Amino acid sequence: MSLSWNEYDPGKFFDELMQSKGKPRKYAKNLAKFLVDHSDQELETRKAVAELSIKEMGITFTVYTEEEGSIDRSWPLDILPRMIPKSEWDPIEQGLKQRVHALNLFIDDIYHDQKIIKDKIFPAELLANSVNFRKECVGISPPRNIWAHICGSDLVRDSDGTMYVLEDNLRVPSGVSYMLENRSVMKRVFPELFESYNIQPVDDYCSQLFDMLASLSPRPADYPEVVVLTPGIFNSAYFEHAYLAQQMGCELVEGRDLVVSDDDCVYMRTVEGLQRVDVIYRRIDDLFLDPEAFDKKSMLGVPGLLRAWKKGNVALANAPGAGVADDKVVYAFVPEIIKYYLGEDVLLPNVPTYRCMYQDEQDYVLNNLADLVVKPANESGGYGMMIGPVASKKEREKFAQLIKKDPRNYIAQPTLGLSTVPTFIDHGVEPRHVDLRPFILSGDSISVTMGGLTRVALRKGSLVVNSSQGGGSKDTWIVEEDA
Amino acid sequence: MLARVAETLYWMARYMERAENMARLINVNANLILDIPKKTVLGWEPLIDITGTRDIYVKRNDNFEERTVMKYLISDPESPVSIANSLKWARENARTVRDVIPREAWEQINALNHYAKDQLNVAMSKRGRFSYLNEVILRNQTIVGLLSGTVNRDQGYLFIRMGRNIERSDMTSRIIDVRSANLLTEESMELRPFENIQWMSVLKSLTAYQMYRQAMQARIRRSDVVKFLFQSQRFPRSILFCVQQMERCVQELPDYENTLRRIHQAKRLIQGAELQAYDQVMLHDFIDHIQIEMNHIHEALNEQYFLTGRISAQQQQQAS
Repeated sequence: MSLSWNEYDPGKFFDELMQSKGKPRKYAKNLAKFLVDHSDQELETRKAVAELSIKEMGITFTVYTEEEGSIDRSWPLDILPRMIPKSEWDPIEQGLKQRVHALNLFIDDIYHDQKIIKDKIFPAELLANSVNFRKECVGISPPRNIWAHICGSDLVRDSDGTMYVLEDNLRVPSGVSYMLENRSVMKRVFPELFESYNIQPVDDYCSQLFDMLASLSPRPADYPEVVVLTPGIFNSAYFEHAYLAQQMGCELVEGRDLVVSDDDCVYMRTVEGLQRVDVIYRRIDDLFLDPEAFDKKSMLGVPGLLRAWKKGNVALANAPGAGVADDKVVYAFVPEIIKYYLGEDVLLPNVPTYRCMYQDEQDYVLNNLADLVVKPANESGGYGMMIGPVASKKEREKFAQLIKKDPRNYIAQPTLGLSTVPTFIDHGVEPRHVDLRPFILSGDSISVTMGGLTRVALRKGSLVVNSSQGGGSKDTWIVEEDA
Repeated sequence: MLARVAETLYWMARYMERAENMARLINVNANLILDIPKKTVLGWEPLIDITGTRDIYVKRNDNFEERTVMKYLISDPESPVSIANSLKWARENARTVRDVIPREAWEQINALNHYAKDQLNVAMSKRGRFSYLNEVILRNQTIVGLLSGTVNRDQGYLFIRMGRNIERSDMTSRIIDVRSANLLTEESMELRPFENIQWMSVLKSLTAYQMYRQAMQARIRRSDVVKFLFQSQRFPRSILFCVQQMERCVQELPDYENTLRRIHQAKRLIQGAELQAYDQVMLHDFIDHIQIEMNHIHEALNEQYFLTGRISAQQQQQAS
């Protein structure tokens, strides 16, 4: 027995590998044939190799539940890759660069002259209500005026094949380590395919990240002290924090390792005593960074950190306050933002978005709740959202109330027919919905990962891809077609 | 090196070493029980005293039968001395510093923890126990070798060695103690013929039998065995050897004077002991004394180098 593509039916959705029932896309032919040529048993063995590698390499993510506290779970990887031809990827990459460039100009403007508000492109009341706007950051100029050094943007593909940006994560986007680890596992699982395909490598991310961080150092030295600041071992992304520190060869620190001295410089407590820190890649949210400036009760942060940053004695990536541009209401203005700062049309489209703050758009949303996805402006990880077509009547009514009470906090989008990729389910292959999170680094220049992290909703028909809610992942292959 | 990382590496190495030596400790007692005439057998209870956790044990258990003690020493996640618990903490510590140890070492520590958990059924059967414990010992040795062959000789490695050697001296002393606990009266005529066999099994459980033969070129004799295990300058599990390792390590660290003074105190105690004159009771007291010295060395390290010590010093300063 082996796999048969004739039974694989993506239905009305765009499938990333199959053109129609039984017919692979041009670039997926080799893969489809490879899978057919190997018996079920052989594929099961490969699956087992992947699972064992993940267990032994200790690739984990942490889930927190009321009953069991925090548990370290093995990372879920489906061994069937998602493929994108390079010719299709190149314009996406251009679109992402354009977007992040404009967003950085926007953030810098917001914390200085606010020209975009004065020119009536961006409504002032949105800023007044933004939970991610930090008044403490007004007037600060971080190195090169860049605020969001690391960005993770979520892309989805609709039934007609169009790739949309779903959201931008400008605070502490995570997932890049899983992209890198997925690739190293896949090389163990399918070495033959790596020989027959010309797959663009992803391995240089960590050295690019380090170079970018080092370039932010306030002291022009050959070896700036760069550290990764983690909330600690119980954070869901702790694996990633440790991974990135290890790959960059820098210290992984917790708040208690750091101290801000009387000279307003940041030091870490080492075996020898105190040692100066130049650049902090922080993986702690703004409000927990510094109990002196923000949340007084934060045990994770470093008292005085913001003071040191304002004086320019230490660089923080991403800069505090960068999140002002990642709330979902700002998202709706990105095409206008790109036009305003760059004078260009948006290359990579937004999902059509209804802003509940405008009465006409709100009316449309309230009248069409059953067809829309409603999202709060400032939640991540898929929490607090409502998916209209599957929500109960009661849930829809609850959201209608929420929207009327706080319209500025909600946006709505049509439910997209998220594209699918063949995925191993039990003993067969079925279509499952995916998204894609590329990572964009901004320093001297802007660079984008080759592909990104493909997340897959493992439950049939589900659109929720977050690993904290039962999602899995796939390796993403950007392939040269004529190879 | 970060004070917290130094501390974590030190504890990672201690827990690894503790798991390995707990396996050795159980093996030596199992062998002793097989060798001693049945009616004089003291069973498994002495092991609980040797771990120094009798209070905790009796709160959780109402007998000292083999199965109960085995569960407490091997699998019980709530037991502070069980192999499962030590390996869990070794892994948790390794996880916290997985950015500084070689990836292969982390994978091995992680895999050992999985093995130890997955094979618990085997461990609890009489037949499977020996191979289980041996596997734990062997895998620990592999990790020690892997670290030794792949880690930069920097401060991190010094703290790994400090942790390993302090735990090893402490546990070696406890393993020797099993022998003294199992023989309450030296003069017991009945046991005399078995005396040498028992010391041989202590040596074997420390993988020391061949080395003893080569180094001492002597029969198995209590006084020589004790001298070898406490005072050998060459055998890497002897207590003096471990203390000398610590002596060397600490001098490569900054501001080592306090800690070195403590280490020298322990060294003098070991070198000065006239072991051949000690009866079992004296030997037992001497072992207690060594364990206290090890504690002092730990305290000195904590005050000088570790984040726990730094922060508590800072808090005391602020309070006064």
